[in-house]
Amino acid sequence: MDSPLLQVENLKFRFRGQPQDVVEGISFRVGRNETLCIVGESGCGKSVTALALMGLLPRDSVRFGSGEIRFDGDSFTPSDHDRIAAMRGDRMAMIFQEPMTSLNPAFRIGDQIAEAVEQHRKCGKAKARERAVEMLRRVGIPAPEQRMNEYPHQLSGGMRQRVMIAMALANDPELLIADEPTTALDVTVQAQILDLIAELQAETGMGTIMITHDLGVVAEIATDVAVMYAGQVVEYGPAEAIFNDPQHPYTIGLMASVPTLTGPRRRLSTVPGSVPSIGQMPEGCRFSSRCPFAAPVCASRPELAEVAPGHRAACHFAPLDQTLERRA
Amino acid sequence: MMAQPATAQPATPATIDPQTVVADDPVLAARPENRVWKKFRSHKSAMLGGFLVGFFVLMAVFAPILPIPDPTATDWGAVRKAPSAAHWLGTDEIGRDVLARLVWGARASLMAGVVSVGIAVAFGVPLGILAGYFGGWTDGIISRCTEALLAVPFLILAIALAAFLGPSLTNAMIAIGLSATPVFVRLTRGQVISVKAEDYVEGAHAIGLSTPKILSRYIFPNILPPVLVQATLTIATAIIAEASLSFLGLGQQPPAPSWGSMLNTAKNFLAQAPWMAMWPGIAIFLVVLGFNLLGDGLRDALDPREH
Repeated sequence: MDSPLLQVENLKFRFRGQPQDVVEGISFRVGRNETLCIVGESGCGKSVTALALMGLLPRDSVRFGSGEIRFDGDSFTPSDHDRIAAMRGDRMAMIFQEPMTSLNPAFRIGDQIAEAVEQHRKCGKAKARERAVEMLRRVGIPAPEQRMNEYPHQLSGGMRQRVMIAMALANDPELLIADEPTTALDVTVQAQILDLIAELQAETGMGTIMITHDLGVVAEIATDVAVMYAGQVVEYGPAEAIFNDPQHPYTIGLMASVPTLTGPRRRLSTVPGSVPSIGQMPEGCRFSSRCPFAAPVCASRPELAEVAPGHRAACHFAPLDQTLERRA
Repeated sequence: MMAQPATAQPATPATIDPQTVVADDPVLAARPENRVWKKFRSHKSAMLGGFLVGFFVLMAVFAPILPIPDPTATDWGAVRKAPSAAHWLGTDEIGRDVLARLVWGARASLMAGVVSVGIAVAFGVPLGILAGYFGGWTDGIISRCTEALLAVPFLILAIALAAFLGPSLTNAMIAIGLSATPVFVRLTRGQVISVKAEDYVEGAHAIGLSTPKILSRYIFPNILPPVLVQATLTIATAIIAEASLSFLGLGQQPPAPSWGSMLNTAKNFLAQAPWMAMWPGIAIFLVVLGFNLLGDGLRDALDPREH
């Protein structure tokens, strides 16, 4: 565990013409066979973080302030496009939120997967197609030989997401980044896809970064959780610690806003307000404008400090239980 | 797809019509190109357009073996004769058979239409892809040049270019093709800008495909339908342009026949021999109508919103 598969240090960038950073100095690590879930509401910077790691942000509009990526011992900066491009699709792969629109409608799915293989393995067409059939079988698509010749529009959403996964994993990547892979799918299909990813992970030992806003998904698959708010990681730690003992008011708010079937019926709690937009971020703690515990001290920025071994929270009042006891 | 064995032979048509077989087979019919076929076939005016175009194409292709006189053979005994059993569509001012000249003239017209649009597509589509995909100064240069060319009316530009290149059918086709290029650049650029924002293009980047592969396999096939429609409609425009250039003496050179040059000579004899002007006029009208109907039909059949 000393040298994780991927370690990101102090990643910071903004888009051209914007006064503040969209992602402000975040750090996290993913080990082999581990799943890091990045959680947060829309617009908190989780998807752009993934795109930055993959080098998929438009080069001319993004400005990296700082950041270091260590991948399997190699160290480079996020603006090192050539290094990232060489690994993209080969050593690290990505699957997207929208399976319905993420496949090229003009080509048979088999050709699309085979093309991904050919690009990186420099093997012949026949070998690549063989690999494509094998991958389709592995992701649980029945009669893969026939399915190879179908067009994306002939497949259901769940099937398409399976194809996307097959394509992403065709080159045995060491790191898989999944950007809300189940959001657009039916609940029953969601579970199948998550199981499939977990299965493939167990087989290959790859590290996974799962980006989601669905805490149910997180509870099911996460090894570690990074809670993001307004471009910062506000709480980071092992999944169990985050679920059993959340320390940041935002994490607590997120947990409380998940509807439950058991217990007394009550009004679903919400986190009031919405993420402040770029340029209107508060000076200190970015959550302070929506935080029930906000106090004058929150005008200064809290550090992401350890509250328990491996569990860190960026709040002046963390650990919260002690603060609450003191107040009571 | 036409080569599919006719396993599901429909009951009604006595002869095996491959299109009907395709449309009736549920698996094949689900494929997009077959859905398009089906829709196109039910589009009456498109089928009429296809029929008109097909008629003139066959006429042009089989010109050498049709039982018609030599289009350049003069007959001083039959000058400006009205349509008769000997000369179905009459004769012109030096006794040449109008039907023969009309049939051979179809070659010049259709070739001018197809070749000049081919030139326009060959230049316009790659330029449009470069401009749309790369943006920035590439787009700036290509788009400004395109706009400058678009500021000049199409026919004026074609006439100027043809006059500059010198009168011949080949030069007329080049002139028309270059004049029609800006339209394709603009259309392609717009389509590329919208297609490159699609998730599957981002997906292609994520798999690590190279830029040439993304352009040829992910961008190009998905911008093709509107380009195809535009090309069909532009053939009609190009045929009129060729007729205009030939009418002005900048296109097909005598004695080789062309509808435009036939009209040019016919204008001197409108009162004495109206058929000389009528037949090439009707031919131009029909073939242009055909291509326009065909283009409209293709546009409707390829429009995903109307499924």
